[in-house]
Amino acid sequence: MTASAELAAARIMAVWLPRLAIDRWRRLQGCAKGEGADASPLVLIAETAHGPRIEAANDAGLEAGARPGMRLADARTLCPALRVAPADPEGDLALLKRLAVWAQRWGPWAAIDPPDGLLVDVRAVAHLFGGEPALLADAEACLAVQGFTARLAIAPTAGAAWALAHHGPERAILEPGEDAMARLAGLPVAALRLDPDVLLVLRRLGLRRIGDLAGICRDALKRRFRDRVAEASPLLRLDQLLGRIPEPLLPVVAVPPALAQRRLLEPIRHRELLDRVVADLAVDLARELERRGEGARRLELGLWRVDGETAFRSLELAAATRQAEHVARLFAARLDGLDAGFGIELVRLRAAWTEPLPPGQANLAAGEPPGTSLAVCLDRLAVRLGSDAVRRPVSRASHLPERAQRWQGPLEPEPASQEVLEFHARPLKLLDRPEPIAVLYATPDGYPRQFRWRGGLHEVVRVEGPERIAPEWWRERGSTRLRDYYRIEDREGRRYWIYRAGLIGDGRGGMPDWFLQGLCG
Amino acid sequence: MDLSLLPAAGRPPAHARARRWRPGLAGGTLHSEIFAPGNEGSGAAVALALALDAAAADDARSLLWVQDKAALRLTGRPYRPGLPTTLHSRVIHVAAATPEDALFALEEGLRCRDLAGVIGEIVGNPRALDFTASRRLALAAERHGIPLFLVRPDAARDLSAARMRWQVRAAPSPPPRWNPQAPGQPAWRAELFRARAHPPGEWILLHDEKTGLDARPAAASDQAEVRAAGL
Repeated sequence: MTASAELAAARIMAVWLPRLAIDRWRRLQGCAKGEGADASPLVLIAETAHGPRIEAANDAGLEAGARPGMRLADARTLCPALRVAPADPEGDLALLKRLAVWAQRWGPWAAIDPPDGLLVDVRAVAHLFGGEPALLADAEACLAVQGFTARLAIAPTAGAAWALAHHGPERAILEPGEDAMARLAGLPVAALRLDPDVLLVLRRLGLRRIGDLAGICRDALKRRFRDRVAEASPLLRLDQLLGRIPEPLLPVVAVPPALAQRRLLEPIRHRELLDRVVADLAVDLARELERRGEGARRLELGLWRVDGETAFRSLELAAATRQAEHVARLFAARLDGLDAGFGIELVRLRAAWTEPLPPGQANLAAGEPPGTSLAVCLDRLAVRLGSDAVRRPVSRASHLPERAQRWQGPLEPEPASQEVLEFHARPLKLLDRPEPIAVLYATPDGYPRQFRWRGGLHEVVRVEGPERIAPEWWRERGSTRLRDYYRIEDREGRRYWIYRAGLIGDGRGGMPDWFLQGLCG
Repeated sequence: MDLSLLPAAGRPPAHARARRWRPGLAGGTLHSEIFAPGNEGSGAAVALALALDAAAADDARSLLWVQDKAALRLTGRPYRPGLPTTLHSRVIHVAAATPEDALFALEEGLRCRDLAGVIGEIVGNPRALDFTASRRLALAAERHGIPLFLVRPDAARDLSAARMRWQVRAAPSPPPRWNPQAPGQPAWRAELFRARAHPPGEWILLHDEKTGLDARPAAASDQAEVRAAGL
């Protein structure tokens, strides 16, 4: 069979879900079409630089005059009762990927066609459903049961199927032997999957239908659009539509998580046996992960008991790993206090989150160096103390000292930040909550002379300041007071960082209070 | 049992080996205890200065900093803009709820080959931190070669297996060149009251990020004052 004959034999079903965003919102609300929350006008909005823009509207919203692409303020003038919900493009894409896997019920593979379409290969499977019209009817019915509005078409190429689904008649079918150009000539040029600016150029040139392009010499078309990327060229799209050049598609393949499980002949009730089973499972899982070239970041251990109860233990690892003994040791710390009841009959270990981890060469000569690696050490700490207890400070763009650092996981990459200008000395340690102190100072804004903190009296002999830090008005309330920071040293040589909150007569409260916030080295 | 800890026949006698401590004597001592008052930052600061002094200049490994809950409340959390520049992205902080958890974290840290050092802060004299626990820490530190600096804010000098024990408090800082009214570079009065390899002594320690740790002998009158204060 030649390549062109093979292409001619291909059958692609295009599924277009024109209301995907709103259908998904309705599924999340759990209401039927036109009922409940869907009965009143509603739009999904996205935040843009020029204010909220409407991404999708339900039927009542469309009736009220809201259109996708409109500004929310304009739609509100038409319909003041319009309700809004945020659009979620990532969620829509995730749903589309799940639908692509589900759509494999009609063909061996399916690809997503973002933002709202699917392409399913239905070559040589139509007879299982009783022919292509029956296949289309079955797909539409299945999608309607799920609550999706769908338009479908089958054609020999993805381009033609897409064009028919979006711009052709309902459930259109282009037969293999049929003349595609004659059938599609009447469709608008938008059916060629082109960018809006290319469509604008074509409209200005007076080319409105696909048939209009056929009358133009190929070289002229090629020259007119040579400065654009290949996918934006009408000539390439036309060739793809007619099957003159192949169009590779990337199918969505479901990857099941790596999993190891043991059904136990005799239910186990003792801890040593359970530890042995967990160690065996960890070895099995490590082998499976090694085959895939992955390392586990989150592991879930499920224990099924004879009396129908289940218990789950999960742990997260600081870095991707497939060391079986490390995993077994971490789970051993988590299994303390487990109630085995009448016995455990099924144990399952599953890697819920994995990251690529290429196989590494073991050190043959010296063996493993003594001690543990950093990731193993951090895992053990996190399992006993909790993952919030082990963290690393990173800087954050803020003037306020307590906001200028935040905490993140110890092995996460440090976020990019601007270099800090070190005009001022900062204390070595900061108290979680600034402690109030009683200060003797020359009003209104003189240097502190002595202060009392935690019952001790400190006589200030050296001062540097004030360093004035204004409240962040874009975040805090208007009544927040500014701070004047002083770096001080008392007669004993102890160095502190204290501040006065507010000024006398700033209209934001009475006399200013003093606080001690930091301990210098 | 570790035979190297026993006095060996071939070694020179103890008084000949004993050298006065000075900055830059890296290696050897891997478990130090630093007693400090809880209402100042000197304990942690001296621990950091000694850790930086002991580590190689190009060491890029992280530093584990363990605090129990009382230490967090009493002396606050490490503050990144105030840390020495070389440590900005190298500190891993562990907030342990109890002294037992803190000791566990210290020991796990000492076993890790990817750490440049471990700093612990445990307030007072908890029951968990007895001689056995400190001996465990000393053996783990010596076995894996990771230095441990255990800060003991507001603690009494109890029994301990630490190889060097310091009593530290803040000292008046030298006046800075451009603004003599301002607090200067940090200074501490440090008394080495027990050490396995060095005779006891007392110093004024100064730490500067560029020049490193500097120790000046404390004046005799100051020592008398210190003794009179009962420290």
